[in-house]
Amino acid sequence: MNFNLDFLRFRFIALIVSGSLILVSLATISIQQLQLGLDFTGGTLVEVGFSETIDPEEIRIYLEAKEIDALVQAFGSDKDLLIKIPSSENIENANIVIDSLREQYSFQLRRSGFVGPQVGGELRDQGGLGLLAALLVMMIYIMFRFQYKFAIGAVVALFHDVLIVLGIFSIFRMEFDLSVLAALMAVIGYSLNDTIVVSDRIRENFRAKRKLNSEQVINRSLNNTLGRTLITSLTTLLVLFSLLFLGGEIIRNFAIALSIGVVIGTYSSIYVLTNVLLSMNISADDLAERSKDSFDDGMP
Amino acid sequence: MTNFSLWKYILVLGVFLFGIIYALPNLSPPDPAVQVSLQSAGDTFDSRIIQSVSKIAKREGILNENIEVNQKSLLLRTNSYEEQIKLKDELRKELGPDYVVALNLAYSTPAWLQNLNATPLKLGLDLRGGIYFLLEVDTDSLIETRLEANAEDFKRRLREESLNFRSVESNEESVTFLFSTEEDKSDSLIFLRGFLTDFEIDEESESFKINFSREGVTSIQDYAVQQNLTTLRNRVNELGVSEPVVQREGAKRISVQLPGIQDTAEAKKIIGKTANLEFRLEANNRTLRSRKEAFDFRGVSVDLEKNIIISGDKVADANVGYDESGFPQVNITLDGEGGAKMHRSTRNNVGRKMAVLFIERKSVAKEVILPDGTLDLIIEPVITKRVISLATIQSALPNRFRITGLDSPNEASELALLLRAGALAAPMEFVEESTVGPSLGAENIRLGVQSLILGLFLVLIFMIIYYKIFGLFANIAVIFNLILITAIMSILSATLTLPGIAGIVLTVGMAVDANVLIFSRIREELKNNSRATDAIIAGYDRAFVTILDANITTLIVAVILYAIGTGPIKGFAITLSIGIVTSMFTSILGTRAMVSLVYRNNQARRIWI
Repeated sequence: MNFNLDFLRFRFIALIVSGSLILVSLATISIQQLQLGLDFTGGTLVEVGFSETIDPEEIRIYLEAKEIDALVQAFGSDKDLLIKIPSSENIENANIVIDSLREQYSFQLRRSGFVGPQVGGELRDQGGLGLLAALLVMMIYIMFRFQYKFAIGAVVALFHDVLIVLGIFSIFRMEFDLSVLAALMAVIGYSLNDTIVVSDRIRENFRAKRKLNSEQVINRSLNNTLGRTLITSLTTLLVLFSLLFLGGEIIRNFAIALSIGVVIGTYSSIYVLTNVLLSMNISADDLAERSKDSFDDGMP
Repeated sequence: MTNFSLWKYILVLGVFLFGIIYALPNLSPPDPAVQVSLQSAGDTFDSRIIQSVSKIAKREGILNENIEVNQKSLLLRTNSYEEQIKLKDELRKELGPDYVVALNLAYSTPAWLQNLNATPLKLGLDLRGGIYFLLEVDTDSLIETRLEANAEDFKRRLREESLNFRSVESNEESVTFLFSTEEDKSDSLIFLRGFLTDFEIDEESESFKINFSREGVTSIQDYAVQQNLTTLRNRVNELGVSEPVVQREGAKRISVQLPGIQDTAEAKKIIGKTANLEFRLEANNRTLRSRKEAFDFRGVSVDLEKNIIISGDKVADANVGYDESGFPQVNITLDGEGGAKMHRSTRNNVGRKMAVLFIERKSVAKEVILPDGTLDLIIEPVITKRVISLATIQSALPNRFRITGLDSPNEASELALLLRAGALAAPMEFVEESTVGPSLGAENIRLGVQSLILGLFLVLIFMIIYYKIFGLFANIAVIFNLILITAIMSILSATLTLPGIAGIVLTVGMAVDANVLIFSRIREELKNNSRATDAIIAGYDRAFVTILDANITTLIVAVILYAIGTGPIKGFAITLSIGIVTSMFTSILGTRAMVSLVYRNNQARRIWI
């Protein structure tokens, strides 16, 4: 593929788009918040499979009559139910639900779970801390391998990607559980991969094409890497879609988060990184290669 | 030539063979099996028992050729995990208590592979079905008890040395010794110094305060968690599960994985006795009111002394036996320290009654209204204590003694179970639990594998269409990569979980990235009129730095995920990190070997890319 597109003509539009997406995400995360899953809130969960179609409402009313205040929803198919009890005061809750259901229904227990209140809060903190740690370590690595302007660009791009995925999860009230957290980490890895490939080309072109100005160099680099960026996104998405459609209910949210992340990550490696670089006046001087044949002993 | 030396070919070939060999056992996964062995080690199987086992097996649809007769055990292979559990239940019911019937896995790996230590992948609970528990050890209460016990000990020592002290005040965190004169204090302190290594000492003019130092606290924690770990392992063995995993998680937690089991009630009854025990004397009329407490014993209130003779962690073993006249009894064995203490306490109290106090703890979340009117959820520990046995001391008790006068064999076995279960250094509570049914496990495998195959298929087709012969090289590399991931995970005995499969699927998508980078570079070079071989060399060289940078950063993420993550995240991180490393090898060196082999002497300007 041989591209010659003027990416940077749209860079201000991209700035506005990214800016408003981030604002909307921040707003929805602070107002509507995230629909945290059992992993983080603590509570009890039971998944049961019936041999024929079952109405979740029927089970909810049945359980209510037994003084069990539970959330009942169809899971995957209309024969599978997910029963959740948000409070985590009693580890026997799962057994109580199962025993009460057995009195009247015949079903197959697919899984059950209990997360104590201590663990939930801890995971929330650990997860947040892990994301920050990942960002920090990578920033240091990029500073070391490239230059601090690239590190800032990469981290802004990562924040951008993670925030928007979180925002989408918040707006559509999709459940944020451990697997989605793992997907976010993978998004970081993936988006960074893209950002580095683009940065690498920008660095190379700055050194090789001294006559071009910064915008031209960046534009050329984006065109150079566009083919690869698109193909990799495409192959990754192919796989993610097969996970999404065949992988089953448990990894659905994981696949959704990662698919959104891959699309946003692809966009951010083109526009977010470059916008940050240009706003910091990146130039060839920032990336001057240390000459191999002159030895700098640090003396004047 | 394309600048690829012989040793690199050999390396690629070697790694390839290694991958094949260690991935091979996964083609024949282990069969779920039931193992029947004898309760006591000395006996051997007679033909009668073998016959009755095979009769039961036949009824359950197990063919004779699936029964393996070993010297000390029988192994019955079944076709599914459901069949396995049913067979286990049947055998248990019919064979009675003289035989141990346990779930097991029968490996079908050929001997020559087993000799190379090649074994199939371990499947996680989400793929195999089973129960997972996370327990937290309540070390705070142990530290408090230890502090009190130490204070008592120091008081006794001071009295024995005739060192004067005015009084001793203790609270949850510290103990303060008060003296009449400064001299008394310093004399006592000098005498006690040697016993105070685990403590921090806070000296005042006529008193000193002691509390556990950080090292002291850590060593108590380590002791408690270690002791509980051992006890849990023993209890898990009672369940007869194959390949259980009991391990420490962080400072105060222990995780238990029981593959194949579905009966949470049974597992919890044995594992989940989140309880400990105390042996105490029944209070008599000489006991001060402040030194006694009332507890419930079968609906009747009993007064016990506050003083604890020994706690449950000193019980080494407890089992059911029968006395001469056939009445059930519980035989108890204490460890050395426990035996000495028991002897000291009972020799002067023959004729009095000794109680076993059972202490259970759980956390209950409670809503409270804060001063500012908002609701908050607080977690409160709830402790229940009850007496499970009250028996008269017949003589000074050594480290082996028995409790008689039990009503039924059932009561005896219950008491023995509770006594064994009570061998905890500190109480524990469940903080997490999850159960996965076998049908969901099988479904997860099926879905995971299906999506892997579909994803792989789509990527392979795309690569061939887009990069032609080079796409084929990349595809071979991707498959080679999958084999290597499987092999390395089998060797590390890493556990494959559903998120792990997701990690592998993702690796497939991203693994081609390196090849895409290389191939687009080669195309660029070709466009600049390089010769094919030069273009190939330049393509690989120039893409290498980019690939390295990109993969190292992703690896950093994977390692951090592994470090902070638990359960599912860890599984994902493991396969992702292995995948990153192996994919770098296969997509750079692996494809290079193929490319070099094909374009060895090609001077053309056009290659099929």
